[in-house]
Amino acid sequence: MTSLKRIFCFGWKNFSRDPGSSTAAIFILVIVISLITSLYLFENVAQFLILSIQEKVDVSIYFKEEASEEEISKVSQELSKIPEVTETKYVSREEALQHFTRRHKEDPLLMGSLEELGVNPFFASLNIKVLESSQYESVVGFLEKSQFNPLIYKIDYYQKKPIMEKLLSISSQINKFGIIFSIVFGVIAILVAFSQIQLSLQNSKQEIGIMRMVGASNFFIQGPFIIQGIIIGGSAVLIAALFFWGIIYGLNPRIESLVPGLNLLGFFTSHFCIILLIQISVGVGVGVFASSIAIRKYLKV
Amino acid sequence: MISFQNLTKIYPPNIVALDNVSFDVKEKEFVCIVGRSGAGKTTLLKLLLAIEKPTRGEIFFGDEELFKIDHEDLSKFRRKIGVIFQDYKLLPSKTVYENVAYVMELMGRSDREISREIPQILKIVELEDRSHNFPAQLSGGEQQRAAVARAIAHRPQVILADEPTGNLDPYNTQDLIRLLKKINKLGTTIILATHDKEIIDSLKERVITLERGRLIRDEKEGRFII
Repeated sequence: MTSLKRIFCFGWKNFSRDPGSSTAAIFILVIVISLITSLYLFENVAQFLILSIQEKVDVSIYFKEEASEEEISKVSQELSKIPEVTETKYVSREEALQHFTRRHKEDPLLMGSLEELGVNPFFASLNIKVLESSQYESVVGFLEKSQFNPLIYKIDYYQKKPIMEKLLSISSQINKFGIIFSIVFGVIAILVAFSQIQLSLQNSKQEIGIMRMVGASNFFIQGPFIIQGIIIGGSAVLIAALFFWGIIYGLNPRIESLVPGLNLLGFFTSHFCIILLIQISVGVGVGVFASSIAIRKYLKV
Repeated sequence: MISFQNLTKIYPPNIVALDNVSFDVKEKEFVCIVGRSGAGKTTLLKLLLAIEKPTRGEIFFGDEELFKIDHEDLSKFRRKIGVIFQDYKLLPSKTVYENVAYVMELMGRSDREISREIPQILKIVELEDRSHNFPAQLSGGEQQRAAVARAIAHRPQVILADEPTGNLDPYNTQDLIRLLKKINKLGTTIILATHDKEIIDSLKERVITLERGRLIRDEKEGRFII
């Protein structure tokens, strides 16, 4: 217990008596933590954008004129039983006509053509949404092979398929690049922090040699440096967390007006524990790991 | 107490620092090791501290065979020895008080004991007013006295002094030698490596002379003859 108290005390003195090196190490770690936190936030913002675009995509099943409302309702019930299907919405012929008229009432050419036809040219439809756009193909396949196929006039999946595939490819590209970026930048950042800590410990090489010669055990030598690493990492985490909170708090109204529905402050507060955990793992982890590796080199005497 | 047996140390490619050196040091003895620069004095002390390993031979400390002690236990062994270096080797980031306290803390001494004993130790080396200064704020003589305070603080069985007067003026040199004699009288074995003729001749203690790594003379009340 006394030894532990002494090690804590030595660690604190190492930290406080060399403010230059400590500040430099904290500064580098704040940059590293900020970079990794930014990557995490970017990844989640990108996911949000992809999801909100995917949510806007749906597939419509148009039914022949002879299909009754009961039959369409039966199709809707069958579709709802498929776990991937999240939403089915029935649009009757009348509703489709009303929707069209409302949308194009300012366009005399379209409205004139509609009047000239004299009948409602629209089909009743079911709009369906699934969890992920890749699941539309199997749902459409199910319908085409089902007993309801004779009722179906058209499914617009094949028209929308290229757009969906494009979206899918963009989202997978974003995910892929996000992961590659995170790994590359994360590794670079950690290496920078690692060398900074090793550099500052090089000054302690002679001191460690003296400690060994007067009979200090590895634990007694390493301990204070590890505590120093924890203090440096902890301070960097605190600064980075406050910095991010301040920036996000200040910019959140602008982000919300730019990307409606994206509440970055809400995301930051609701994920604060995981963000803090990432920051602590990076800050304290790099601080402690780099210190112990660097010292191990000098402990061979 | 300490037995050096057939010690040979050859540095690559083929530099012989010690050549088949054997002698014993008894408890409470004051032994001077003399020789020109490069004679092997420092190598001998480095071997005793187990900082280096010999090419051949063995050192026994009591019943312990030094080079068979594993790396982790070496720290415990080194606590039996107090070391004074020519370049002081004080911990630069610690004050005089903390430098002396450090070895006592390693021994697991309580804070109360440490705070009671350090002022007495610093009084012996006349550094009581400098206890809160860092080594860089002290003169050469003061740093050497701080190194002596650190070497005696944990009451080691042996004190190794490697050219301790090398950076001191004649006044400080005499003070330091008087201090070492006093410590020896109190029962601590001293091994002093030096090439200072005046010190050796005034001490009238056992003198072991090394030349090109070989032990050429071992006299009970020796003089500096090279």
